[in-house]
Amino acid sequence: MMAPRPFTPKVVTANALIEGDVIYLTADGCWSRRLSQAELLTDEARAEARLALAQAQAGRVVGAYLAEAKAGPDGPAPVHFREEFRRTGPSNYPHGKQVEQKNV
Amino acid sequence: MYKYNDFDKEFLAARNAQFRAQVARRIDGSLTEDEFRPLRLMNGLYLQLHAYMLRVAVPYGTLSPAQLRQLAMVAERWDKGYGHFTTRQNIQFNWPRLSDVPDILDALAEVGLHAIQTSGNTIRNVTADHFAGAAADEIEDPRPVAELLRQWSTDHPEFQFLPRKFKFAVTGSPKDRAVTRAHDIGLRMVRNAAGEPGFEVLVGGGLGRAPMIGQVVRAFLPKADLLPYVEAIVSVYNLLGRRDNKYKARIKITLHETGLEAFREKVEARFAELRSSFSGVDQAHLAQIEAQFAPPALIKAPLAGFEAALKRDPVFRAWVDTNLAAHRDPDHAIVSISLKAHGATPGDATSDQMRVIADLAEEFSYNELRVSHEQNIILPNVHKSNIFEIHARLKQAGLATANIGLISDIIACPGMDYCALATARSIPVAQEIAERFEALKIEHEVGPLKIKISGCINACGHHHVGHIGILGLDRAGVENYQITLGGDGTEAASLGERAGPGFSAEAIVPAVERLVFCYLDLRETPGETFLEVYRRVGMAPFKAALYPQEKADAA
Repeated sequence: MMAPRPFTPKVVTANALIEGDVIYLTADGCWSRRLSQAELLTDEARAEARLALAQAQAGRVVGAYLAEAKAGPDGPAPVHFREEFRRTGPSNYPHGKQVEQKNV
Repeated sequence: MYKYNDFDKEFLAARNAQFRAQVARRIDGSLTEDEFRPLRLMNGLYLQLHAYMLRVAVPYGTLSPAQLRQLAMVAERWDKGYGHFTTRQNIQFNWPRLSDVPDILDALAEVGLHAIQTSGNTIRNVTADHFAGAAADEIEDPRPVAELLRQWSTDHPEFQFLPRKFKFAVTGSPKDRAVTRAHDIGLRMVRNAAGEPGFEVLVGGGLGRAPMIGQVVRAFLPKADLLPYVEAIVSVYNLLGRRDNKYKARIKITLHETGLEAFREKVEARFAELRSSFSGVDQAHLAQIEAQFAPPALIKAPLAGFEAALKRDPVFRAWVDTNLAAHRDPDHAIVSISLKAHGATPGDATSDQMRVIADLAEEFSYNELRVSHEQNIILPNVHKSNIFEIHARLKQAGLATANIGLISDIIACPGMDYCALATARSIPVAQEIAERFEALKIEHEVGPLKIKISGCINACGHHHVGHIGILGLDRAGVENYQITLGGDGTEAASLGERAGPGFSAEAIVPAVERLVFCYLDLRETPGETFLEVYRRVGMAPFKAALYPQEKADAA
């Protein structure tokens, strides 16, 4: 049997129910529109608990999941390019997160 | 054009009121997302990477100026001032808020537009030849039949929960501009020995994960039998289609697993049962629809000004050479407006551009315009005496790009810039290819060449039927682009062949450039197109151009 893979750091992310934009769960249980303010989850049990907390907020968020992330100089940073686009916005227009840096 | 009657208006108003209440119940917490998702999808509302996306049907690609102006208004008031025209002749808004969608749908209903069945496992928007009603080679305008299919399929009680989505395309011309062979059902109008119009019925075409070319289930179907026959096909599929595996659920797999002969027998048996229940009421209704598609009374005017402008103005001449197609009336032309300015996002139009196009359609195209599956806009009926003015006004609006059918007239899906399903981006690749060939100034010399780009295996960008197809994938966390060659979406449909290993985002544009220069070296006359050369010489020389290092290693 293969050894279980070591847990890699993650953040809880989802889309906001009304706006549909990308949001991240912070350490104090709020939602932020900036990945840098997300809680970087390094413990698997805590990650599952935070995901469950997010999924219980069906009235505010849609499609919560755990996304791979790494520690960066300004807080969590994406590992995969898909999460980089979600954090930033589309590359063909200056729309989305790259121009809207407000908090919830 | 078809005008909604009271029944249509009441149906749409009731449906929109229903969805408004569903949205309210989602927002107040009475509906979970799992309960709400199928309801929003039935009304064309997706949740994508950065926002919701509303997909509005443009039935058989036909719009009135008033409808386009309303789309411009919606884009401005509730979105970011632009819309994206898709390969299924729909328009997508990329940034609506959930709470605004009921108002958007009501605004669309004011002009007879809706988003019903633009998603979900139902019969989707019926697409048609974008030159319908105008093309010189046409047997009959296919749009009345497409409208009949729209009405029949909308809220059809038997077909709201099909195994998978289901797409129709219709053409009235022998020259297939509607990619009918890559649809679940493709209808090609043909004549029988007696000269009567009917349909060749193609079933089981489709791109995506298991690309297949549609097969002929009925070589000639009398026009009057259309609805019972397609109802028989869809009902056979509804019973046989696989619900155990999403990837095997399309009718192409059903047909493949059942076998053409056995499938045809089942369809014919079901057709025999259904036929009498249609009792001709559908034909009476079709006659009413046909009356609304009566061709416009074409004007007469002198052509001297047009001909003088062609001689005087080389920029106008170049645009005429690429963007005009033959109309059934020799004094008229079909004008294609490119939404593919070099470096722009394929298929996007701003609200201002939509209004310019709407004005031109109103003044010069008998109040009609079309959306093509190639993500351009068409003015279908233009007297040649007006074309110079149209060009001048398009130029002011940034819409006079002379590239229809050329290398920069690229189909591209939204890809990972917007789509939640995408595995890589499409738009930047399209932008860079167009800019590169604009810089080289060779696209007119290269001639007809269709590049089609999809950002995932689902193939919304039709890459399998591109002369050069590009498929964006995620290879170990990096965008990677596979090339297919020799695809063709016309009546001579063929699926592209994979050339070999994929290319990185940095390497894909140079790879396309090598392909094009290889083609220029190989062609025997300036008129021999890329596809013709590919069919003559095959993959080998193109492969050598794509992978020069391997050739060197083998030497």
